[in-house]
Amino acid sequence: MTAHTKGSGGDGMKWVGRSIRRLEDPALVRGKGRFTADLPAAHWVRFVRSPNAAGTIKGITAPDDAMVITAADIKGVKKITPMLHKFSYRPVGQPILADGEVRFVGEAIAAVVAASEEEAEDIADLVEIEIEDALPLVDSRAAVADGARQIHAEAPGNVILKGEVKTPGFDEVWAGAAKIVKIDARSNRQNATPMEARAAHAAYDSITGRITLHCTTQMPHLMRTAIADCLGMPESDLRVVAPDVGGGFGQKMSLCAEYVLVTWLARHLKSSVGWTEDRRENLIASFHSRDQYIALEGAFDKDAKLLALRADVLSNVGAYSCFPTTSGVEPLMAMAEMPGPYDVQQYQCVARGALTNTCTMAAYRGVSRPVITFTLERLMDKAAKAFAIDCIDIRRRNLITTFPYKSATGLEYDEASYRQTMEMAVEAINVPAFRARQQLAREKGEYLGIGFATFSERTGYGSPAFAARGMAITPGWETVHVTVDPSGFVEARIGSSPHGQGLRTTLAQIIADEIGVPPGMIKVVHGDTDTAPYGWGTFASRSLVISGGATLIASRKIRAKLLKIAGHMLEAAETDIVLADGKAKVAGTDREVSIAAMAREAYTQTHRFKGEIEPGLSESGTYDPPGTFSNACHVAIVRLDPETGHVRIERYLVAEDAGRIINPMIADGQVHGGVVQGIGNALLEEIVYDDSGAILTANLADYMPPTAHEVPPIELHHMETPSTQSITKAKGLGEGGTIGPPAAIVNAINDALTPFNVEIDTIPATPQRIRALLRNAERAP
Amino acid sequence: MSEKTALTLTINGKDHAISVEPRRTLADAIREDCGQTGTHIGCEHGVCGACTVIVDDAPVRSCLMFAVQAEGKKIRTVEGLADGDTLHPMQQAFMDNHGLQCGFCTPGFLMLAVGVLEREPDISDEDLIDVLSSNLCRCTGYQNIIKSVRAAAQEMRK
Repeated sequence: MTAHTKGSGGDGMKWVGRSIRRLEDPALVRGKGRFTADLPAAHWVRFVRSPNAAGTIKGITAPDDAMVITAADIKGVKKITPMLHKFSYRPVGQPILADGEVRFVGEAIAAVVAASEEEAEDIADLVEIEIEDALPLVDSRAAVADGARQIHAEAPGNVILKGEVKTPGFDEVWAGAAKIVKIDARSNRQNATPMEARAAHAAYDSITGRITLHCTTQMPHLMRTAIADCLGMPESDLRVVAPDVGGGFGQKMSLCAEYVLVTWLARHLKSSVGWTEDRRENLIASFHSRDQYIALEGAFDKDAKLLALRADVLSNVGAYSCFPTTSGVEPLMAMAEMPGPYDVQQYQCVARGALTNTCTMAAYRGVSRPVITFTLERLMDKAAKAFAIDCIDIRRRNLITTFPYKSATGLEYDEASYRQTMEMAVEAINVPAFRARQQLAREKGEYLGIGFATFSERTGYGSPAFAARGMAITPGWETVHVTVDPSGFVEARIGSSPHGQGLRTTLAQIIADEIGVPPGMIKVVHGDTDTAPYGWGTFASRSLVISGGATLIASRKIRAKLLKIAGHMLEAAETDIVLADGKAKVAGTDREVSIAAMAREAYTQTHRFKGEIEPGLSESGTYDPPGTFSNACHVAIVRLDPETGHVRIERYLVAEDAGRIINPMIADGQVHGGVVQGIGNALLEEIVYDDSGAILTANLADYMPPTAHEVPPIELHHMETPSTQSITKAKGLGEGGTIGPPAAIVNAINDALTPFNVEIDTIPATPQRIRALLRNAERAP
Repeated sequence: MSEKTALTLTINGKDHAISVEPRRTLADAIREDCGQTGTHIGCEHGVCGACTVIVDDAPVRSCLMFAVQAEGKKIRTVEGLADGDTLHPMQQAFMDNHGLQCGFCTPGFLMLAVGVLEREPDISDEDLIDVLSSNLCRCTGYQNIIKSVRAAAQEMRK
């Protein structure tokens, strides 16, 4: 376990690198957080959702006197139609309310508006929807099969996009390989399941005519842009506020049709309108992810060195394309990052997105990387078996060790520690001791297994990375405004929109070191489009790197200005001045002035600095970095009960390198949380559709996020390879924890299954699936 | 919609005279009729525990109890944990040990842990994890929640 120092600062100590307590917490532990559903409203909405996966709406009958909005009432509202200018992308539009056709169970058909949620629910129960069924396409393979019914007129063959890459020289290298190893991997569908489901509250201001939309989102500014586009209203008439947001994990990145409608209703009614999603709606109708088939082959030379990879990715993107990333988010991420941390220069991949009659796919923490890491790491274990070498040995032969490294897909990996973190993990877990214990256990009829996952995590990437995907909307940069007010207190307004990541604290630590003010005097303000600069929100392990970088840039400007003012006030050379503990001091003397006094001068005594310093003490920074790669090695030790198929994780270890760590306590918390979501991915969580397209896992008893019971103590080890691609030297680590567990745990399960001569390449590796494999093996002659 | 019933809920020692339908859950009544929005609703089917409050010294899921059932009982919510500016040891421990991230599940975990430790101050580590597995958290991976509750248990025994 890592040990971190706690302290209250002072004595010119640096704030970055310390586990200070979070500035977010005092309100939250008192129950004083402000979440969207806490707001009162004059009107409440209940959506009537499609019980059918596919079909044509023949009639909607509502009770008399009830306010029931359908597609016919919102004719002028534009469909949500995200766009990619590459990969043969077919732009399909999602109507805000189903218009003529339904395409998945849970699609909103009508909105009931009433004075209370209960009343709206009662009326919704009385709305009758008549649908003429069409044959639903649930599985992506069925959807892209020849002759399958077309779900959208714009997308022939139900393929919304197709990406292809092939490196020159691939065929030759492939033909010369000593061994080809293959895996058919299956990742079933998951739901990010933030503890706060979606919610929106829109209020009309009768004086200004503006709407304030509070909603639980990761991207308030883009919500403003997108909703104003859909409604054809000036963006300046819409204020979007992400108040406290109860987890997002990617699910709250995308634009929800429901938020557009709630905003439309507030304008239409000139009043306040609230909508709080229930858990069932969240599980069936928010956004899903991870539903992929990946066939991956690796060509190795005689020494088990990987020469080439060939992949076929089929991603089930559901009924519509998510805004802003589009349904390219999973298949294109899989295609770009499949080679992972291994030195392999030949690569061929076809990645398709298949439209189906299921809930729309969107980003979920890690995006495709939990699945591609699972696939690639299973492939490496299979290859080790094929070459009869150790699973650690094959990784030693193939991990990248020299940097910068240009991947087969053209990504540039900055300095990292793929090999070192693995060796750190190997040593910490004590493999020889485990193997001895495993042998003894087997002799007693007990089955233990060990599994490794090594991976890289692309983080903190700016606009060029998104532009490379051909996105009509290319996020990337961030702007931060830092102001020292005349009382000496500091406010940083940021375009990122944290929701649990502790950015108010970590950014305050960065500012504190630059301008010498303790974090307690620094307020980081975010989430309100009226006060925060335009920005892209919080997703893709980007905020600490990009907003952190912008914060550093703005803070350095403030620092430069403070040094000038201090030089004047203390009659000293700027180079002799130290900013720390809320003061400017002349080094080696007792001359000092408080930053508060300097701030006051900066506003009220500007004549003294005329021509030298601009009035005020407010600066901006914008940062748009190329991106950096974090890396980690995860190790799981599992105990498998062959009678029941149950898997218990006995030990879980992470050796992680995310560059410079700003707050180790917060960094560890991100890894913990990610790993546990990954454990859910590996063993427990699955959205199950039946053949008719109905969801069988529509509550939290059937869809099972891990509880404290399923989770072992997680052992963390850190390395810090400072990033050359990030001015704070920090790399992102929001998603890394989530990426490793399916690979490490399922490799461990397969290790435990070795005596039975069966292998599982499907996640989640549920007891049912493991038992089915064992049953078949028992039955085999 | 059915007839409303007048009742009084006693939350954190304060009486709230409200009028609700018999079907109204305690969670909704606490939040909407009594304005105590610190109690959160995560699933409304009794699995996630975000809405946990203490009713007559026992932690309960307020989404599974009707408001009318809570009349005459002592209800404690997260807003009642701190004594003015002094946080309850459990709140302090969650802050000290990074036992929360987004903070949505936190009030439920606080009330669950306080309720259990008041009843069973010397609870074993194993039983504690059993109890904490009643509630869901999606951010912390439970590591620091367990650590926080253990730290608070020590403090509460003093």
